[in-house]
Amino acid sequence: MSLITTLARMEAVREGRARPLTTVRHRHLSARPMVFVPLTTAGEAGAPLGALVGTEREAPRLLVVPQPRDRDLRFAFLAELAEEMLPYLDGFADRVETVRRKETDPGTGKKVPVEVELCTDAPQLLVPSGAGLEYVRLLGRSMRFRRTAEQDPLAPFPAPPRVPLLGRWLTHYGERSRVPGSALLLSVTGLLALHWATGQSALEDQHLGALLGWIDPPPGVSGERAALSAELDRGEDGLLVCPPAGPATDPVFDNTCLAPAIKRYDQARAAVAEGRPGAVALLRRAEAELRELVAGQLRPTWDAVWRAVDLLAALPEGARVAERWTRDRWSYTGHRDRIRAGEPPQPKRDDAVTAARKLMARETAQAQLDAQQALDDPLVMAGRRLAGEAFAGEVTEVEMAWSEAKVPRPRPLVTVVTEDLPQLSEESRGTRLYRALPDGRTQTAEFAEFAGRTPGALVVRLTGGMGRGKVPDPGTVPEVGDRVCWTLFEHAPRGGPELPDPERTPWTHGGPPDSAAVDAPDPVTEEDYL
Amino acid sequence: MTGTHQAVRGFDPGAEAARATDAILHDTLHGGHRGVVVDSPPGAGKSTLVVRAARELAAAGRPLMVVAQTNAQVDDLVDRLAREDPELPIGRLHSSDQHPYDPVLDRHPRVVTSAKAADLAGLGVVVSTAAKWAHTRAAEPWPHAIVDEAYQMRSDALLAVAGLFERALFVGDPGQLDPFSAVGTEQWAALSYDPSASAVATLLAHNPGLPQHRLPVSWRLPASAAPLVSAAFYPYTPFRSGTGPGDRRLAFGVPSDGSGPDRVLDEAAESGWGLLELPARRTPRTDPEAVRAVALVVRRLLDRGTAATSERGPDPVPVTADRIAVGTAHRDQAAAVRAALVELGISQVTVDTANRLQGREFDVTVVLHPLSGRPDATAFHLETGRLCVLASRHRHACVVVCRAGVAELLDEHPSTEPVQLGVAVRFPDGWEAHHAVLAHLAEHRVSWRP
Repeated sequence: MSLITTLARMEAVREGRARPLTTVRHRHLSARPMVFVPLTTAGEAGAPLGALVGTEREAPRLLVVPQPRDRDLRFAFLAELAEEMLPYLDGFADRVETVRRKETDPGTGKKVPVEVELCTDAPQLLVPSGAGLEYVRLLGRSMRFRRTAEQDPLAPFPAPPRVPLLGRWLTHYGERSRVPGSALLLSVTGLLALHWATGQSALEDQHLGALLGWIDPPPGVSGERAALSAELDRGEDGLLVCPPAGPATDPVFDNTCLAPAIKRYDQARAAVAEGRPGAVALLRRAEAELRELVAGQLRPTWDAVWRAVDLLAALPEGARVAERWTRDRWSYTGHRDRIRAGEPPQPKRDDAVTAARKLMARETAQAQLDAQQALDDPLVMAGRRLAGEAFAGEVTEVEMAWSEAKVPRPRPLVTVVTEDLPQLSEESRGTRLYRALPDGRTQTAEFAEFAGRTPGALVVRLTGGMGRGKVPDPGTVPEVGDRVCWTLFEHAPRGGPELPDPERTPWTHGGPPDSAAVDAPDPVTEEDYL
Repeated sequence: MTGTHQAVRGFDPGAEAARATDAILHDTLHGGHRGVVVDSPPGAGKSTLVVRAARELAAAGRPLMVVAQTNAQVDDLVDRLAREDPELPIGRLHSSDQHPYDPVLDRHPRVVTSAKAADLAGLGVVVSTAAKWAHTRAAEPWPHAIVDEAYQMRSDALLAVAGLFERALFVGDPGQLDPFSAVGTEQWAALSYDPSASAVATLLAHNPGLPQHRLPVSWRLPASAAPLVSAAFYPYTPFRSGTGPGDRRLAFGVPSDGSGPDRVLDEAAESGWGLLELPARRTPRTDPEAVRAVALVVRRLLDRGTAATSERGPDPVPVTADRIAVGTAHRDQAAAVRAALVELGISQVTVDTANRLQGREFDVTVVLHPLSGRPDATAFHLETGRLCVLASRHRHACVVVCRAGVAELLDEHPSTEPVQLGVAVRFPDGWEAHHAVLAHLAEHRVSWRP
């Protein structure tokens, strides 16, 4: 935790209310996101209990699995989920713009310009918490290798149509959410914690109700009190007023309400199977009761998610957020194309090269995100300045100078007086510095020396961003009296080296992967027939 | 290295080390395996081995590429190779940055420097960083490679360069810091080619039959430090010090003034270890009192005319600023110590984080304990390698500055990292190693209220 975050948390404790960590919103927020609030069954991995899903805050669709251990009912749930989600996920696929970019021609190996489609917008999924992100991945993993009757007429338990397709989309979204700064799939607790510091620990911030209690407490109530109520208050029925945001449920709810209701449902089903009179009505009643119970646990979270969306939407969007969202649109378009091309589902495990590529891409994305958030937001930059990774100050002197090359280049010396304490010392002369120019380009420079005896005065030698001529372009050299902010970190860090193709994986990494083993479907086990 | 006392103990470190080196070179030059792995504890002559192996491979007429991890390591290695074998043609492949390599290399007539691999074709040995090698393409793979600091190299970095060579000697210290990533890598945990694991872990997972060697003697660590570092960080692969008790001595020209820093220096000179314990308190990372205490210890070390006697010569050698290092866990702590040293009029003392002190050697080190003043013990601060690096940079003595109460803090924070199926648990874990070191330091404690 950075020093400025620690400070903000202490201020939050003192004031009894969350403190902003940012002045702008650092993630794209769709005008029409799809909210997905899943619940899972205790004691069985990947057995959904129910969900609220939809894009309209007043009209969520309620899906409930009355007997979560029944595989048919689970498939029915997944089919309904696909029915609700796929039209939304597909709905952005046909609105495209044409973009020119360079691609490597497989024949010649040269970069040639091509025109490709880029979807103008992309669907955005919101889940309440980090555990929800994991659940999206789990659902994706459990669905994408299923075979429908159409794909495999001999499959003993064919999946409903479109369920494998939803699995592939959820897998893609789950994987994309691991890329720092991406916004296709986001957790609301993650979003809130990025923008506000509460007076509680990072662990406690994972409770959506408590987090909202700190950020937006009811009038006259302190954030601490509101958070405590959210965590502990129970109604007359003994149930939490603010149930957990899932996918795990409150054990008290499981024991006192859910288990008896499922038992009644099972009994009614048995009665129907035996053909007892009135049994069908009994079953309907048991089912309706279960739906009402699960809805009661889901609805407070659903409302809390939308409240959080309102809070976040009220923040102005950071200047570089749209650029990152464009990368998300590329990601969405790319997956759309893979599905249209009839490619198989994502493999169970990444091969060595794919894993290394993903890791490098994410590290680059993380470095870019850290830089962009600081450049977009003076409050975030203040944290970097406090950590000695940047400094801001006033220009007190500018001295023109040139390099000693055959064609001399401008190398002006700019003296800046700052109150910050950047991590620079006499030994670190030549350290690269970066500054954002008003037109969005980055100017490079290097730390030349400390300026004499003046405390906080340092001399910076500009090395770039001044155009091509012997005389710097107008406006590219700061003037005396200008406020400037230099960073010790790069603004657009580059990615890693090119890696070999998977089929050229070297001996140190096990050689080329066995393609037959990669594409094979999951072996069918006894559990599949339970 | 004369071995007078060793004869008494029945352990001749010079002979032991030579035996290990011979076996390594035999496997490298004449073995049938594509790879050879060498584990080297701190200061066990890893660089000497790399230089010797490079010279012998070159002498055998096998073109050799050498992969190191940082530019400083590459420059050191090239400099050393050129000094020991001035006739050997050596290539230094470098980046196209402004000051891409140490100008000291220009003094060697047979060293060729270039940013393009093609310019260095035909040279017996070409040395560069893994990052630079990853950007080169070779029509013909190199017959042989040496990968230095292989335990600090990440698996994905090896993936990027492994296509360049046919066989390789991997050398490194398994006890130092593992490579890390700024983003989550849980999804690849337990995969044999986890890109965030160390290059050696991946290599051995896919090639379990490769010969593994170990250098048995630390020439750097004094007899006071080797047993502790060996027991705390290398419990299953013990090593010995090359020198015996009394071979290394520290003496002061100025007697103690009775202050905490002086008392802890006396203790460290006597026993090789000193713990300067400040009153328990929770502090920010850049704890001003602890930072000031570190700076004061360095100031007194210089002011008291410290001289070191070692097996290298009969006369005491003054311990100057360039023979002292300060080690911290975080960069902002290092920056704070640097500022405090400047205030006391000291420059030229190396102050850096554990990551950047890896592979370096000093006479005396002053360490700001990673857990000093912390309210919690996170995986970062508990990491075994971090403590191991900080506790194994010195030839004579190590002074640790720490707030009281770290043992209690450890007891309140057992390791809670999730256990991943299929991932080998690392021994010893940081918690255990921290306790082992603390228990030893407690015997050399000087309590001080600044």
